Amino acid sequence: MPEMKNCTCSCAKENDEQKYKKLAELMKQYKNSEGSLIQVLHIAQAIFGCLPLELQRYIAQGMGKPLSEVSGVVTFYSFFATRPRGKHVIRVCLGTACYVRGGKKIITRLEEILGVGVGETTKDGLFTFEVARCIGACGLAPVIMIDDMVYKQVKPEKLENILAQYN
Amino acid sequence: MRIKNLEDLVKIKEEYNSKMAEYNYQILVCGGGGCVSSKCGEVKEALDRCLKGYGLSEKISVITTGCMGICALGPVVLIKPDETFYTKVTPEKIAEIVKSHIINGTILEKYTYYDKARQLYIPNINDIPFFKDQVKIALRNCGQIDYSSIEAYIAKDGYFAAAKALSKMSRQQVVEEIKKSGLRGRGGAGFPTGIKWEAGLKAISDQKYFVCNADEGDPGAFMDRSILEGDPHSVIEGMILGGYAVGANIGYIYVRAEYPIAVERLSTAIEEARRYGLLGKNLFSTDFEFELEIRIGAGAFVCGEETSLMASIEGRRGEPRQKPPFPFERGLFGKPTIINNVETLANIPPIIHKGAHWFSQFGTERSKGTKVFALAGNVVNTGLVEVPMGISLGDILFKIGDGIPQGKAFKAAQAGGPSGGCITKEFLNTPVDYENISKIGAIMGSGGLIVMNEDTCMVDTA
Repeated sequence: MPEMKNCTCSCAKENDEQKYKKLAELMKQYKNSEGSLIQVLHIAQAIFGCLPLELQRYIAQGMGKPLSEVSGVVTFYSFFATRPRGKHVIRVCLGTACYVRGGKKIITRLEEILGVGVGETTKDGLFTFEVARCIGACGLAPVIMIDDMVYKQVKPEKLENILAQYN
Repeated sequence: MRIKNLEDLVKIKEEYNSKMAEYNYQILVCGGGGCVSSKCGEVKEALDRCLKGYGLSEKISVITTGCMGICALGPVVLIKPDETFYTKVTPEKIAEIVKSHIINGTILEKYTYYDKARQLYIPNINDIPFFKDQVKIALRNCGQIDYSSIEAYIAKDGYFAAAKALSKMSRQQVVEEIKKSGLRGRGGAGFPTGIKWEAGLKAISDQKYFVCNADEGDPGAFMDRSILEGDPHSVIEGMILGGYAVGANIGYIYVRAEYPIAVERLSTAIEEARRYGLLGKNLFSTDFEFELEIRIGAGAFVCGEETSLMASIEGRRGEPRQKPPFPFERGLFGKPTIINNVETLANIPPIIHKGAHWFSQFGTERSKGTKVFALAGNVVNTGLVEVPMGISLGDILFKIGDGIPQGKAFKAAQAGGPSGGCITKEFLNTPVDYENISKIGAIMGSGGLIVMNEDTCMVDTA
């Protein structure tokens, strides 16, 4: 699987074989629990970083479901990625509150700094740049989220300093 | 320990309260989502260090709470029993506050709430206009108690309603009480909760489900997030009561993936409840059993709609389907299912505990109780507020919200999210309840209020 090699998630320390073994064991636990496909996909993405077609096929087999169903679910939800993501994921909130307080200016500035557009990953694999629907921190708008960390009242000129903390 | 009856709860309450009474002060640090991103963690660490330095760690209790509501001024800290409220606290400021307030007994006024209009500091939280006009039912414990402690919840009469319902009330009586209270769904549509529960109770099936919709998707609304993070046990208790009322023994809480802190705190609370025998088999020594599971969404806006939410819990694409059949007829896994929103469920325990009559004294003729609103956008006091139904929009925005920053003019407030409507100046006196707000072309929705000033381009916003 050539595309897996570029996966830069934090679990890159484990080799593929270990990862598959881990996933297979987890799938055994979940297989009999009704409606757990989405939870399994969350886990798989945490282990592998993303969910390419090969992996979807493996999950389909493990869960005893057709590949079409697994693929259908993966492509439906925005949290699931089929291509490798950057080491850090930047999500700019464009919910109405953030929009009113200047979320769009943050997008423009980030495009300049990162040199990529929304939905893309920087060449060095450090950042994936996404837009989020409301993340529920409207009192602090505009906000961005990098991985699990929320940055409040972000101004375009603050962005470079924020990004400099990540490597 | 396993809680078997009301007496066990009362014992825990008394023990907790007497433990707390031994402390000279309680310092409450807001750990709501807003204050977390304002780095309240560093403030708490500095506070702990500072108290240790004075040898006061045993004398003063430091508690991390859920959202206190006034996110714009975070991180915020409340010192009890004095009720002094400090805003925009930093690790440096907290050291000064401890020295002045705790050691020397003098309120450090310059770090308390500043009322710009009246040009004065207001140290006591109960005198601040933002808090004064609020009535807190759903948010009763948010910002008041340690969200991670089941004892703290019990000390506020938590699980008392569950004990009462399960041991003294029939399912029908619980449904009747909710019907009488006039509570309507807080997720948006305002459907009477009691009538929904009655349909659930009457549905005949070997298996029923009770679902909490915590896929708060309405941009600008974050009350459900704050309740889950600040008072998770109130939602769990609401679900136990709902499950009992309709005869469901399995519950799911569907939380959106964007709320990792909520998921974490809720999971801990569920484990604690299970450890205390409040989830599982033979609750309160009856033959009622209730199990609760969290399901995490995966970033699909549509999943807040109940039929797609159920599809998502089943592990499928979250695509909506036609109704009927309604969920109470054919819901999750084809079985009768009752779905309530987080804020609705947080209202249930106090209604059962204090009675429908107590609840229905708040609000208007057809909209009873209170509503939580999330103030966001161009307003001074952004944050969460809970007010009785029927208060005017102007009062919410200008008395509690303190108006528009930088003296700019008010243009409109978007109520009910993108599918709601924008309310302009001439309608500011409209009483806010389900009926009146629809009359002026907006909807209550889940209670998001996004304020726009004269500079906001309405076309762009749309």
